[in-house]
Amino acid sequence: MSDYYFSMQGLTVGYSGKPVIRDINIDINKGDIVTLIGPNGAGKSTILKSITRQLALIEGKVFFDTDDIHKMSYKSLSSKMAVVLTERLHLELMTCHDIVATGRYPYTGRLGILSREDEQKVDDAIHAVHAEEIGGKDFNAISDGQRQRILLARAICQEPDIIILDEPTSFLDVKYKLELLSILRGMAKKNGITVITSLHEIDLAEKFADKVICVKGDHIFRYGRPEDIFKEDLIKELYDIDNGYFDTLFGSIELPKPEGEPHTMVISSGGSGMPVFRKLQRESRPFIAAVLYENDMDYELARLLADHVVTAEPFEEVSEEAYQKALKDMEACDTVIDAGVKIGTMNRRVADLLEAAREAGKLQSLQEFEGDFESRAEALRAETMARAEAKAEAERAAGRGSDDAGSDDGGIFGGGEPGSVAAGE
Amino acid sequence: MSNTTQAPEAHDFHYENFKRRSRYIAVFTAFIVAFFFIIILNVNTGNVNIPVRDILRIIFARKGTEQNIDIIWRIRLPRILMAAMLGGALSVSGFLLQTFFRNPIAGPFVLGISSGAKMVVAITLIIVVSRIGTVTSVILILAAFVGSLISTAFILAVSKRVHQMSSLLVAGIMIGYICSAITDFVITFAEDSEIANLTNWSLGSFSGMNWDNVKTTFVVVGISLVLVFLMSKPIGAFQMGEAYAQSMGVNVKLFRIALITLSSILSATVTAYAGPISFVGIAVPFLVKQALKTSRPLIVLPATFLGGAVFCMACDLIARMALAPMEMNISTVTSIFGAPVVIFMMVSKRGRR
Repeated sequence: MSDYYFSMQGLTVGYSGKPVIRDINIDINKGDIVTLIGPNGAGKSTILKSITRQLALIEGKVFFDTDDIHKMSYKSLSSKMAVVLTERLHLELMTCHDIVATGRYPYTGRLGILSREDEQKVDDAIHAVHAEEIGGKDFNAISDGQRQRILLARAICQEPDIIILDEPTSFLDVKYKLELLSILRGMAKKNGITVITSLHEIDLAEKFADKVICVKGDHIFRYGRPEDIFKEDLIKELYDIDNGYFDTLFGSIELPKPEGEPHTMVISSGGSGMPVFRKLQRESRPFIAAVLYENDMDYELARLLADHVVTAEPFEEVSEEAYQKALKDMEACDTVIDAGVKIGTMNRRVADLLEAAREAGKLQSLQEFEGDFESRAEALRAETMARAEAKAEAERAAGRGSDDAGSDDGGIFGGGEPGSVAAGE
Repeated sequence: MSNTTQAPEAHDFHYENFKRRSRYIAVFTAFIVAFFFIIILNVNTGNVNIPVRDILRIIFARKGTEQNIDIIWRIRLPRILMAAMLGGALSVSGFLLQTFFRNPIAGPFVLGISSGAKMVVAITLIIVVSRIGTVTSVILILAAFVGSLISTAFILAVSKRVHQMSSLLVAGIMIGYICSAITDFVITFAEDSEIANLTNWSLGSFSGMNWDNVKTTFVVVGISLVLVFLMSKPIGAFQMGEAYAQSMGVNVKLFRIALITLSSILSATVTAYAGPISFVGIAVPFLVKQALKTSRPLIVLPATFLGGAVFCMACDLIARMALAPMEMNISTVTSIFGAPVVIFMMVSKRGRR
C-alpha cells in the first residue's frame, strides 16, 4: 500500500457528520492524472474538499506518501499540495501578478516579501500558462478563462507535488480547455506532479486522464483506466442516460434518435453519411441507414441515430438477404438520400439499390437534400419570425390598450383599467 | 509566441510593480506630511491661538508663557495624540473586519460592535462609579472589549445562518440599535451627576483626554498593531478566501480567532475612551486602498493607521472649531465626511459589476 503516492483508505466524506459518499478506497500513483466524473451533485467536490482538508473526514484516512494528511501541519502540507477551486474570488485591487505571487506563500518569510528567486518563479509560472500579456492587469478585469489560467499559474508557483482542481474547465471555451489540460498533462508527465481533478466533460476526461473515478450515489461507482470505464453501458448507467448516447469510440455525446416511423433512407459509406444523419437528427426526421458495413465509420453513428441500420458483414459481398431487406425498407420510405457511396466489387448490390430508388422516383442526391434542408430551414425561420412579429404586434396593441385606459379599442383591458386606476387613487 | 514579444511583456508587469512602488512612497510621504501638518494646525488652533514658533518651542524646549504651556501640554497634545492613535486604531479595526467578513462595508460601527462596547462600558461605569467612585481606564477598556465580543458573537452567529452580506449588515445595524437603546435606558436611570458625562461620551468625543489615557492607549494599541502587522501575511492569504488561505498553510480557525480578537481590542479601546465613532472604519480603509491602488495588507495596514490618524485629527479639529466655543460630537463630523464615501463605494461597486 505504501507503493502508492496518494491513497484514500476507507474514506467516508460528507458535511457536518452526514455522510455523502462512503467507503472510498483509492490509490494513486505519482505523476498520474486522475479525474473524477459523475452526475451533478454526486459529491465530486465533497471528495476533493475532504482530501484538501477543507472538510473534516467522517471516517478513514488520506495518505500522502507516508503521512496522514489530516495529521500534517497546514504549513508542511502547503508546500506539497496546491489547489484550484471553483469558488469566486472577491478580490480588490490585485493584479494577476499579485495573485500568482500568493502561490509563493509557503516559501516567503514572516512578512511575505518576495525574494528575487520568488519573483523569478512567479514569472516562470506566468510564462507556463502563457499569461504574460495579462500579468499586470487587475484580476477583476480579465475574463473567466484568463482567471482560471492565472489560478493555475498560482498553483504551479506553489511548486506542489500534487495539484487538486475542482472543475477547472467550467468557464473555459474550447481553446482554453485544451490549453489548460495540455499544460496539466505536461506537468504530470514532465515534472511528475500528480493531478487530481473533477471534470464535467466526460469526453475530455476520457482523453485526458490516466485513471478515472466515477462517483455515483453514495459510493465510488468505478475506478480504473479510461478504456475500462468509457463503455457505453457503464457511462449510461453512471449518468442515468436514457435519452441520448455516449459514443465511446469518438468520446462524443449524441442526442437521442428521432422517434416515429422512418420515411427516409440514407445510403452512404465511409463517413459521407455522418453530416446527413446529423441534419436529419436536427430536423427530428427518423431515418433508416442502409447498407452499411459493420466496420464503417458511418455505422458507428448510424447505430446511435438511425431508426435501424441494414448492415453487411465486413469485407464480404453485400448479401442478397441484406439487399432484399433494404429494398423492403425502401418501400415504406418516400425519400432515399444518396449521401455518396463508393461502389466496388463487394458492394455492387448497393448500386442496384440506388437504381431501384431512382426508378421509384425517390432518389435524392446530396445537393438536392442539402438544398431541401436549407429551404426548409429558411421556411422555418420565416415562420418563426412571422410568429414573433405577430406576437409583438399583439403586445403593442395590448400595451396601447392599457395606456389609454378609457378608450374603447382596449378591449378587456380597456374595460378593466379605469376601475383599477380609480382604486389606485 | 516568440521570445521577442515575450521580453517586453514580461517586463511590463515589472514596470507596473515599479510604478506601484513609487505610488506607495508618494502616498506615504503625503500621509506623513499631512500628519505633522495637522498636528501643528491642531495645536495651534483653538480658543487661544498659539503661533507655530511658540508651539515648537513649547513642545521641544518647554519654554513659553505658563498659560500656553498648560494649554498645549495638558489639553491639546494629549487630545491630539489620542485622536491620532484612536483614529488609526479604528481604521485598522475596520480593515480587519472587512477582511474577516470579506465585505468592504463592514466596520465596528455598522456591525454594532461599537454600540455593544458602549453598552457594557455604560453599565460598568454606572455600577462601578456608584459603588466605588472611580474607574480605571483599564477596566473601561476591558468592559468595552467584553461588549465588542458580545456584539461580535451575535454577528458571527447571524453570519452562520445568512450568507447575504446585506442581511448581515442589517443585522449589525439592528444590534447597534438594541445596544444603544439599552445604553439610553441605563443612562436614564443613572445619577444626575454622571449623566452629563455619560451622555457626552456616548455620542463620541475626544475631549478631556489626559496623559494617563495616552500612555495606556499607546501600550494597548501599540502592541495590537504590532501583532496585526506581523499577521499581514496570513491576512493577505485570507483575502483569497478561506480555502485558499488554508491551502497556503494558514491555520484558518486560529487565524479567525486572532483577527476578531485584535479587531475587537482596537475598536474597544476607541470606544472606551472616545465613545462610538461612525464610518471611520469603513471610509478610511477604502480611501487608502484607492490611493495606494492595492489591497496588500503589508502596505495597506500602516497606511490605514496613518490615514485614520489624519482623518480623525482633522475631524476633531472641525468638531472643536466649527461652532466654537461649542463643541460638536466627533461622530457628527466623521459622518458628514465618511457616510458619503460609503455611499460612493456602494454606487461605484454596482457600476463595476
